[in-house]
Amino acid sequence: MTASPERRPITIAILAMGGEGGGVLAEWIVDLAERGGYIAQMTSVPGVAQRTGATNYYVELFPKTGGQSNLRAPVLGLTPVPGDVDIVIASELMEAGRAVQRGLVTPDRTTFIVSTNRVFSMTERIALADGRVDSSVLLEGCRVAAKRLIHGDMAQLAEATGSVISAVLFGALAGSKVLPMQRMAFEAAIHRGGVGVKESIAAFAAGFAAAESGPAPVKAPAPAAENVSASLAPLMAEADAYAEPARTFVRAGIERTADYQDAAYARQYLDRLKAVADADRRYGDGSGLLLTETARELALGMSYEDTVRVAELKIRPSRFERVRQEVQLADGQILEIAEFLHPRVEEIADTLPAGLGRWLLNSGWPRRLLARFTQKGMVLKTSTVRGFLMLYMVAALKPTRRRSLRFQTEQAFLEDWQRRILAIAPANYALAVEIALTRTLVKGYSDTHERGRERYATLMQMLPQIAERPDAAATLARLRKAALADDTGAALTAAIREMRPLSQAAE
Amino acid sequence: MAERSFKEEVQKLKLGEGEEFHGEGILAVTKALLQSGVSYVAGYQGAPISHLMDVLADASEILEGLGVHFENSASEATAAATLAASVNYPLRGAITFKSTVGTNVASDALANLASGGVTGGALIIIGEDYGEGSSIMQERVHAFAMKSQMWLLDPRPNLPSIVRAVETAFELSEVSNTPVMMMMRIRACHVYGRFTTKANKRPEFGLTDALENPRRDLSRIAMPPMTYVHEKDKWEKRWPAAVKYVEDQRLNEFFDGEANDIGIVVQGGLYNSTIRALMLNGLADAFGESKVPLYVMNVTYPLVDKEFVRFCAGKKAILIVEEGQPDYIEQAVNTILRRADIQTRIHGKDMLPMAGEYTGAVVRAGVAKFIEKTRPDLLPAALPAAEVTPLKQREVTAAKAVDSQVHGRPPSFCTGCPERPIFAAMKLVERELGSHHVSADIGCHLFSIFPPFNVGATTMGYGLGAAGASALNVRAGKRAIAMMGDGGFWHNGLTSGVGNAVFNKSDNVLIIVDNGYSAATGGQDIPSSFHANASRGTQNSIEKAVRGVGVTWAKTINHTYDVALMRDTLKEALTTKEPGPKVIIAHSECMLNKQRRIRPLLRKAAQQGQRVVRERFGVDADTCTGDHSCIRLSGCPSLTIAPNPDPLRREPVTKVINSCVGCGLCGEVSHAAVLCPSFYRASLITNPTGWDKFKARLRAAVIGFFQRRIERKLAAA
Repeated sequence: MTASPERRPITIAILAMGGEGGGVLAEWIVDLAERGGYIAQMTSVPGVAQRTGATNYYVELFPKTGGQSNLRAPVLGLTPVPGDVDIVIASELMEAGRAVQRGLVTPDRTTFIVSTNRVFSMTERIALADGRVDSSVLLEGCRVAAKRLIHGDMAQLAEATGSVISAVLFGALAGSKVLPMQRMAFEAAIHRGGVGVKESIAAFAAGFAAAESGPAPVKAPAPAAENVSASLAPLMAEADAYAEPARTFVRAGIERTADYQDAAYARQYLDRLKAVADADRRYGDGSGLLLTETARELALGMSYEDTVRVAELKIRPSRFERVRQEVQLADGQILEIAEFLHPRVEEIADTLPAGLGRWLLNSGWPRRLLARFTQKGMVLKTSTVRGFLMLYMVAALKPTRRRSLRFQTEQAFLEDWQRRILAIAPANYALAVEIALTRTLVKGYSDTHERGRERYATLMQMLPQIAERPDAAATLARLRKAALADDTGAALTAAIREMRPLSQAAE
Repeated sequence: MAERSFKEEVQKLKLGEGEEFHGEGILAVTKALLQSGVSYVAGYQGAPISHLMDVLADASEILEGLGVHFENSASEATAAATLAASVNYPLRGAITFKSTVGTNVASDALANLASGGVTGGALIIIGEDYGEGSSIMQERVHAFAMKSQMWLLDPRPNLPSIVRAVETAFELSEVSNTPVMMMMRIRACHVYGRFTTKANKRPEFGLTDALENPRRDLSRIAMPPMTYVHEKDKWEKRWPAAVKYVEDQRLNEFFDGEANDIGIVVQGGLYNSTIRALMLNGLADAFGESKVPLYVMNVTYPLVDKEFVRFCAGKKAILIVEEGQPDYIEQAVNTILRRADIQTRIHGKDMLPMAGEYTGAVVRAGVAKFIEKTRPDLLPAALPAAEVTPLKQREVTAAKAVDSQVHGRPPSFCTGCPERPIFAAMKLVERELGSHHVSADIGCHLFSIFPPFNVGATTMGYGLGAAGASALNVRAGKRAIAMMGDGGFWHNGLTSGVGNAVFNKSDNVLIIVDNGYSAATGGQDIPSSFHANASRGTQNSIEKAVRGVGVTWAKTINHTYDVALMRDTLKEALTTKEPGPKVIIAHSECMLNKQRRIRPLLRKAAQQGQRVVRERFGVDADTCTGDHSCIRLSGCPSLTIAPNPDPLRREPVTKVINSCVGCGLCGEVSHAAVLCPSFYRASLITNPTGWDKFKARLRAAVIGFFQRRIERKLAAA
């Protein structure tokens, strides 16, 4: 028997997604190893990876040195064996989690190189609200599973160097020093690859540094310069009387409502909050949660997105600048911006003075005529003089907003909402907080907005019934979650059906 | 033109005697074919053998130089029938496709071929699409070998073994007058390795010789009474001839080991995993030196009785490592040993799982179980298997923690895919007319069955989308909708689906996705590809073809991204009073291939100073309310989410990342579904003209004037 345990291959698994260059990374490793006196074998399961799926590569390296290997070739594996993988490279955090889930990463053996950037899964992206998984849990799982964890946002480094993530990961592999080759040998492999060498070398260097020094500390965003206008100063002073965490949101709410309409509107916002603050003090548990959540939701409710608001936001200089940055406009390039707008009769009526708006909605042929003209959406070029001025004129209707139909509807809605909060707070503080939060269902435009309104109304109708239950707050939270589970409302219907027998039993 | 170019790699096919080849397994097979003096090669693309087809397509010059004819077959049935050239002539031919789906399609021709038998070597290279990364139902090609009596090679997954298998396959085929299949698993197809090459061989007898000197032999035609003779011939002559060749040439391999009272029988393709399993159990070294004797079956059909008898002599037990189910080999070995009255205990599926891929971990566990049962003394003493070490505990804790945070990532449509708007339109029609029965097909469009679209009830095979709806052909308040790709259409859908619907007076709706390529298999050309191809006849119209078989209601939509048009056309098809099948041809180029085609051109144009406009979409975070209905109607990879910059909001906003190709769907959907005003389209003009610059300056002046006013107001507020 000639088996000697130390004569084993170096095993490397790469988990990536289609189009990230996982194959290039594997090829670099093979080239690096073959030049460095190793026999290399690589294989992959690309599947339908190109079409955005998860994919994996597996590489084994075996040293050529030693008399025996000159005579016979080693038998190299084609699949990673859990417990026997020396290096695992994951190009994304959830894929790293998948490697841990599959048992490829083990604390006795594995150096785990992880890019912490997120490429959101379909499930996360299609949620009606926030469906994101917990990155910190994933990263902690990686830390616990690995012998040594090297992590950092490699995607960000790739973008900063104008290259691809595979080059950064290759750099991190070199920087981890887990392979016995020198840095120059790694770089030589990139040079031999011959494609995008300059960028790849820069990205490689960034990855190398990241692996050597650990992840760059997360820079806290610089606090926005306090630039409170004179007219808002007294309001802000009032807001400062509230304790955190409410204070931050109240201040943001003042800014938002003033920006939305004017200082008087912000004053109204602050006035509305007073009763809630009072209720919070009297019936609260000291958390200030009721005031915080109401302050947040009230600001959003008061700054509902009507045509005037949308037009105003679209033409601001700051918005033009944001678009320029987002599309990465280069020097010498010219940017044109086109908006996809679809105002319907409803939105037009909403903008009109309340009486006129109501008339239009209930009218016969005028409504039909207008409907015909607004059947199709329009593409408006904000970067042209004509398109810009059209939006500018819509935005100029801001002073008339207080008289508009939508304004009346929204204020009535918010007053009703606030009344409910205040009515419940003395008896059930937690439920009042949940009512405050339930306003979040009302968001979006057209169908989305109507759907949200309906679901909100359903829950509010059920409020007396919910309030009777011993777990009232939790019930409302559960129903709100169900209301945000799907477009069709199936989950909400099911959740409501589920709670019926209980309430009947209680009766 | 396929999406991956092998123009550089094919140079390796020219390597001569005694040189070293480095590359992928499937490329090595191609080289082995040329070394064997093959006259013709045909096949149908599909993972994992697509690259074999792509390599050959890119190697046309080399093939022509050697007098080798290459065809992209219309289907696997065509490919199999191509081997008819080897029935009467001493021509070596090879075909390739993925299995078992391809073998299913090919089996009519293969059964005829195997009945009459061949004169020239006939090789069928099978990409066994089984296990992780597979895209088809999990079955074994082994059953086809048994039913038609064709020989099945399953070589060890290293390049020298694979190349040798190809070379011997032709000889085996010729000495036994039987077609030979060689299967390669996914990882073996993609394995990177090396082997020493031989010079390419020009076929001695060419296709020209066959055409100019035709021959026939009635005894080879599959028609009674010859078929009765064929069946006897298979058993009496061809089988023994094959067995003799396998034995004489030592195609199967025996490896001795000191523990010679037990042994392991393994399919060649699983040899490496088995050695690794033994190594991790401390029973072999990295060079394959094993304590346990091994019998490696590089030929898994026919089984060689004598070799089994020899291997089992003096052994109390053997383990058969046979992937997949049913356990054909294990059953056969039981019969062989029973007939020979040998008492060796046979283990196999009692120690290894019946179903699923035999990965390293699976074989490792199975081998450990076998050794523990038969020779526990061989296992290292200090293996407290049951005890949970702190390290193991860490592993379990970590896996448990991440479990709830890891989502599946099924394949989906690419960025800017022209098929996405078809399904977006279907979702919009669903809102108006309710849901319909949707019969899906094979191709990228099958990704519709996953979120966000969740469309499609069944898939019955390539090109069989319309056929899959044929029973649902009665008067009802709703019609069935069938999907079909252009690849499936030319493969068989034109007759099995469209012709059938016309003939049976179906009222159903068929949507044919015409993206110009066999896109899901790697972007190969098909008869309706948009671009001219020097060696293939492309640019044939699908609409003409369907009208040709009798469809009267046929509409081609030349810009699938027009969601409103797509929606209205589908609505019309579902409601029109016109009888007969309603066919919508949704025609827009596969974005993956389009980008591959135009990106280099645009880059070059920009470098040369020409005016280039790039469009992409964006979302204004301050008007996005985080409902994500736009994503639910699209699912585009470049349409994702990002943390909400608004401190008052908690839901992530929608964000378009820079990989956006500006296909326009986001805008169309937000219009057609009346979503929200947050989307914008940005046009980035590189190398603007003087007129562009003049306009830009003028606009900047006017817009700037008003924007300064806005800023003053904001500051004053």
